[in-house]
Amino acid sequence: MANIKLKKGLDIKIKGKPQNETLPLNSRTYALTASDFIGLSPIPKLLVNIGDEVKAGTPLFFDKKNPDILYVSPVSGEVVEIRRAAKRAIDEVVILADNKMTYLPLERIRISSASREEVVKHLQATGCWPFFRQRPFNIIAHPNETPRDIFISGFDTAPLAPDLNYVLEGQKDDFQAGVEVLRKLTKGKVHLSVNGAVPSSKTYTEIKGIELHTVTGPHPAGCVGVQIHHIAPINKGDVVWTISPQDVLALGRVFNHGQYNTERLVAVAGTCIKKPAYYKTYIGASIESLVADNLTDEHVRFISGNVLSGKKVARNEHLGFYHQQLSVIEEGDKYEFLGWLLPSYPRPSLSRTFTGFLSPSKEYNVNTNTHGEHRAMVLTGAYEDVTPMDILPMQLLKAILANDLDMMEGLGIYEVVEEDFALCEFVCPSKTDVQHILREGLDIMQEQS
Amino acid sequence: MNFLRKQLDKVKPYTEKSKFLHTAYDAFETLLFTPKTVTTGLGTHIRDGLDLKRTMVSVVIALQLCLLFGIFNIGHQHFAAFGMYEGYTDGLLYKLLYGLLQILPLIVVVHVVGLGIEFYFASKKGHGVEEGFLVSGMLIPLIMPPDVPLWMVAISVVFAVIIAKEAFGGTGMNILNIALTARVFVFFAYPTYISGDNVWVSFDYNFLHQIFGLHHLTAGNMANVVDGFSGATPLALAAKGGWEAVVQKYSVSQMFWGDIPGSIGEMCKPAIIAGALMLIVTGIGSWQIMVSMIAGLLFMGMVFNGYASSVPEASPFLAVPFYYHLIMGSFLFAMAYMATDPVTAAQTQTGKWIYGFSIGVMGMIVRVLNPAYPEGWMLAILFMNVFAPLIDHFVIQANIKRRLKRSHA
Repeated sequence: MANIKLKKGLDIKIKGKPQNETLPLNSRTYALTASDFIGLSPIPKLLVNIGDEVKAGTPLFFDKKNPDILYVSPVSGEVVEIRRAAKRAIDEVVILADNKMTYLPLERIRISSASREEVVKHLQATGCWPFFRQRPFNIIAHPNETPRDIFISGFDTAPLAPDLNYVLEGQKDDFQAGVEVLRKLTKGKVHLSVNGAVPSSKTYTEIKGIELHTVTGPHPAGCVGVQIHHIAPINKGDVVWTISPQDVLALGRVFNHGQYNTERLVAVAGTCIKKPAYYKTYIGASIESLVADNLTDEHVRFISGNVLSGKKVARNEHLGFYHQQLSVIEEGDKYEFLGWLLPSYPRPSLSRTFTGFLSPSKEYNVNTNTHGEHRAMVLTGAYEDVTPMDILPMQLLKAILANDLDMMEGLGIYEVVEEDFALCEFVCPSKTDVQHILREGLDIMQEQS
Repeated sequence: MNFLRKQLDKVKPYTEKSKFLHTAYDAFETLLFTPKTVTTGLGTHIRDGLDLKRTMVSVVIALQLCLLFGIFNIGHQHFAAFGMYEGYTDGLLYKLLYGLLQILPLIVVVHVVGLGIEFYFASKKGHGVEEGFLVSGMLIPLIMPPDVPLWMVAISVVFAVIIAKEAFGGTGMNILNIALTARVFVFFAYPTYISGDNVWVSFDYNFLHQIFGLHHLTAGNMANVVDGFSGATPLALAAKGGWEAVVQKYSVSQMFWGDIPGSIGEMCKPAIIAGALMLIVTGIGSWQIMVSMIAGLLFMGMVFNGYASSVPEASPFLAVPFYYHLIMGSFLFAMAYMATDPVTAAQTQTGKWIYGFSIGVMGMIVRVLNPAYPEGWMLAILFMNVFAPLIDHFVIQANIKRRLKRSHA
């Protein structure tokens, strides 16, 4: 058990935080988005056709490289559309939900007596496997590997993020069952980090069989990569897995109830949302249903995930597999007269060159404007101020740009993924695409390994 | 504003015909209007309000008090040399007018030459015009002697921008500080114009002064300079006769407030400190470099004091109390605006401490031990600019080794 206090970082305060209120949601369509899974081949093998009836848990597609890992439907209904992206890559498999919500009956196995092989097989067959993501590279976990440890971040510090203490309230049984599954999968420990600044939900504190850590500090303290770095860093050759708490619940339900039940709370938040709140739904709910009659403006950007590392989605698309938050902010495609010198509206900034730093609790109306043009990298030290790890972000990025493999490895590329560096991209005065560069580096390293 | 926007949009198609026009148009357009570009949707969806323009202009704003006092002091020293208006506020308007007209051509020349080259290179490379020169363009006039010939400044700017900056790839890539490279060029190419006792006060009149008739006030020629007037700087005095020689001519408060001969912007310590505080509070300037540089200066000052007290025949300069070095010469200015240049300083946090401290030590060695010229920050900073990548190299290697050690443990 570690007690980690982080100083570096930045909490970006944005108007439209989700209120602790849960509303029911009847999303008409749900979708499983193939491009959410890093490492999946672009055209996975489809197991269903348009018009097929599916249940929650019916396999939809699999990757020919790893045919045992099934990707399954989150809800019951009818397959109505298979959306394709460029080069016929499969983007979304859209399911029109029925109102009954029937589950595919799953084989029940007892966690306590099952062997690791049985559990692994069961997880792949039931569609739970993609919940696990492997570090380095943040790819779908490889079934032949045994992870050194498994990490769960019990809180999210990103802007407008859901309060996971609220989300997990009263779900101790399923969470405990999920943790038992995780313990079967690793020879090491299952690490759970909770926010040290606020009292934690009983779902976290009363759970058995885990290493509980408290982490305190501004964003990115809630990023699991930052927590791993401080608890038990990833060295060359190490493999660890990460999973989010709501996915642990889904795992637990598979073993407790024999159902692939991904029921979860999704936060709908942002400056353009009339009533920011939580919605009870399943994986892949449609954006349309989440924002219907709830927008204050039409010219907005929908972001599946948070505003720092989420994915831009269209109104007719669906929430991503790993996302438990929909952020809606204004598009900022407007000229601003002398905007760099005399800003016409307040905006968040790490620097204290705006008067906003005098009122630290102020919440901002943000938009998607870049607030300046792309420039050559200037080493202002801002990256270091938002990287609470013993990692040199600027030097790592330069190593990636120079394609220097030894240097990337030496400077710790295995320890980070995009979200850990998202704040660097936010604060960059030269408006560099930090996360994009990092992903290129990760792809290069993955090819090499 | 809509009118302006419409005019810009109207002109735009005409500027597409030539690369240079396009670059120039882009530079002015983005200066007037922050573009409407939005985040791509692949990375972060929101961006910090701070961009490179604002970063650079924050430094320029932090320099304004130094500029204002510099304008006053040019005039004040000028009239003092002729024995006129000796009180601070006597003839204040004349002093300000004289100073303004003296420095204005300097600022204009630096910007026209420097930005001209920047525009040319930007259009060649097809980039936007980088904002780095905004700071260099303000710094260069402030670190020059008030009477420096304009053509000399123009050549030094050409040298600095082309050799020190564009040859390395432009803003963000340069190894040497641009403003200091311009100054060091004048220093080595035309040493008599930037050292000695007579260059730190402006005696002459340029055509602007003549338009306003200022030359009639003093009937200005060197023969009219009052008896016993010397433009010697405190450091020049200290090099000859130690602290006693300094206090015979200047009081500590004069050195602090800065109404003494010297480079235009480097004299007024309160103005520099205010600017430095602004840089620290806004987070634009690195406080680590400033603090470690002061530590380096004090450390070396104490070493010299200790040596002087045990070896009586040592140069009297060594015995100048170490804390007075803080207010002599251009130390504070160099610390606040030159050493903290993020591009040429060490880039790693640990590296910044080593870099600043080394400048403090090195600058004191050049200042006190160099027999030819009693000031050292320009050379010390350029020297450490060259060594900054080496310092960073060791810091980076240490990080790599820590990681390797961890994996073997």
